[in-house]
Amino acid sequence: MAIKGTLKKARLEDLLAVLGKSHRIIGPKAEGGAVVMEEIGYKDIPSGVRDLQWPGGCRLLPGKDSQVFSFSPGPDSFKRFLHPPASELFAFKRNGAKIDFLPAPKIAERPMAFFTVRPCDLSALKLYDKIFLGGPVADQAYESLRRGSLVVALNCLYPGDNCFCLSMGTGPEARDGFDIQMTELEDSFLLEEGSAKGAEILEQLSLGQAGADEISAKRRRIESCKAAFKKSIAAHELPGIIYANLGHPHWDDIARRDLECGNCTQVCPTCFCSTSYDYAALGGIAAGGAVSGKRFRKWDSCFSRSFARVHSGNFRLSRKARYRHWMAHKLAYTQAQFGLSGCVGCGRCITWCPAGIDITAELEALRHV
Amino acid sequence: MAKPTIGIFKFTSCDGCQLSIFNLEEEFLQIAGLMEIAYFQEGQDAPGGNGFQAGAAHFDLAVVEGSISTELQSKELLGIRENSSRLITIGACATAGGVQALRNWADVSKFKASEYPAPGAVEALAESTPISAHVHVDYELWGCPINSAEFSEVLASFLLGKTPGVPGYSLCMECKRKGIPCVLVAGQAPCLGPVTRAGCGVLCPSLNRACYGCFGPKEGANIKALMRIFQGFGYTENQCRLMLDKLNTYKFREMEEKG
Ligand code: SF4
Ligand code: SF4
Ligand code: SF4
Ligand code: SF4
Repeated sequence: MAIKGTLKKARLEDLLAVLGKSHRIIGPKAEGGAVVMEEIGYKDIPSGVRDLQWPGGCRLLPGKDSQVFSFSPGPDSFKRFLHPPASELFAFKRNGAKIDFLPAPKIAERPMAFFTVRPCDLSALKLYDKIFLGGPVADQAYESLRRGSLVVALNCLYPGDNCFCLSMGTGPEARDGFDIQMTELEDSFLLEEGSAKGAEILEQLSLGQAGADEISAKRRRIESCKAAFKKSIAAHELPGIIYANLGHPHWDDIARRDLECGNCTQVCPTCFCSTSYDYAALGGIAAGGAVSGKRFRKWDSCFSRSFARVHSGNFRLSRKARYRHWMAHKLAYTQAQFGLSGCVGCGRCITWCPAGIDITAELEALRHV
Repeated sequence: MAKPTIGIFKFTSCDGCQLSIFNLEEEFLQIAGLMEIAYFQEGQDAPGGNGFQAGAAHFDLAVVEGSISTELQSKELLGIRENSSRLITIGACATAGGVQALRNWADVSKFKASEYPAPGAVEALAESTPISAHVHVDYELWGCPINSAEFSEVLASFLLGKTPGVPGYSLCMECKRKGIPCVLVAGQAPCLGPVTRAGCGVLCPSLNRACYGCFGPKEGANIKALMRIFQGFGYTENQCRLMLDKLNTYKFREMEEKG
């Protein structure tokens, strides 16, 4: 039988201690007026911090909530840890016609435990696994970071102000793709096993009995969360609305507001685009013609003008075409490419867009007129 | 094979970009090993005194700092261009006219009269203009001052015959990569990051300050839209103008008109 039990709130540290024996713990921390994700210890958890989010804005509120996980996700997700913003792919040495390649040095760090992954992000992680591991050749960098990682999911009990996972069918309850799932109750956490690895962790904790009361408390809390959602998206009409409206005049209206800054793509937990470039320091260039250097990979975005730049031109020159591509990739093309939605309803692109462009509102505008 | 020759020139500027070349330290010495430094007054013990003589030398690469502010400079620049295979600009002055281009929207004769004892001796043109307003420029490196590492990347790319790996996208891209909580979204600060080129290493937002645009407009910047956002925060139209009227005015205004 699957392991299930309660952990007193005052003993939450015990869970981190067990995870910390074998893993680096990646979790939430309040910093610079937002909840970010970093390698953390128990004391870093911004327990009781509340936040307000709106299109193009976010504020942490003073005062403390009686709940520990009273905040909604910030700009970061597992993405920055499994698909790092910048990394070395390999080094090369060219001498005449001969080129030697040297693999990037392996970073011998302990595997990561992602602590409090929200249900929307579990769906994003599932998509990432498909993108990076599901093809004919797995992405080595992703594979080495993902292998051995642990996922501790957290069911959401309050929707963030820009969250719309409910209408996307990805939240607010974790369904699969985790090793352990947590639900915050009145004075304890309900912990449930999701995998054999998760069970091993739970076995090391002294858990209280979780009976029908705890299960019904969990249900009640998740149901009240569902009733509190402020945002939704017309998911049942996707991807059709996008394909039917590629020539809609509303794209011009968006282009007047869009900054082409790329923030939406950088915070989106399903955006995966990167660019690679070769870097040879002056010291790596010998007067005789030998060159040594490195190839790096960096996050890129379809909002960069260099993106879609090919020989003799760029096939996506206008701002309108760039925004349309982003939204269509999220709400239509990813489904065709990978069989999963490219949007999981996390709302990050809405909060962290300096222009407050709201993918749910823009989609609504496309449905009308 | 002979080493390619490089000439480093300056017009109206503060020399900060040339100093950024020295800041390469050890790598700076490698330039000397790879290229023949044929002209570089800033790097001489005793300044030559007489400026660049057209036809005196050929440069495989001319590196130009500073904006064109006088008649004489515009002539010298033509000479440099004629004698160079490739010409690149470094910094806000050479690439965007610099802070001195603020006078383009004011009356220079008034400045002359109020600041100088002998206004007639000041030979400034009415406008300060970027190098690209005068001659063909092969590559523009932005920044006030430039980022030394980007300069070294441009030189290495020149030597290798490749496109420099210097991005034209927004500072926000670099800011997000670094994981810095956005000062605009989380603090309603008037950050110019969304319209500014990446390259500085996110100096200001890293210190919880709004970007003020040292690296000039990014490719495809939507300046009007950002100014509307700042007006929503309560800044007046004039305050917004002053935010842009700094080191890269000329190019920010040009980009603003493009929309
Ligand atoms: S498109 Fe926006 S809401 Fe959807 S997954 Fe990406 S960041 Fe989240
Ligand atoms: S929306 Fe843009 S940045 Fe995101 S995955 Fe698609 S093409 Fe890449
Ligand atoms: S939608 Fe918003 S975050 Fe995305 S590029 Fe446009 S202005 Fe930037
Ligand atoms: S702090 Fe400035 S540069 Fe950074 S993401 Fe926000 S707007 Fe962009």
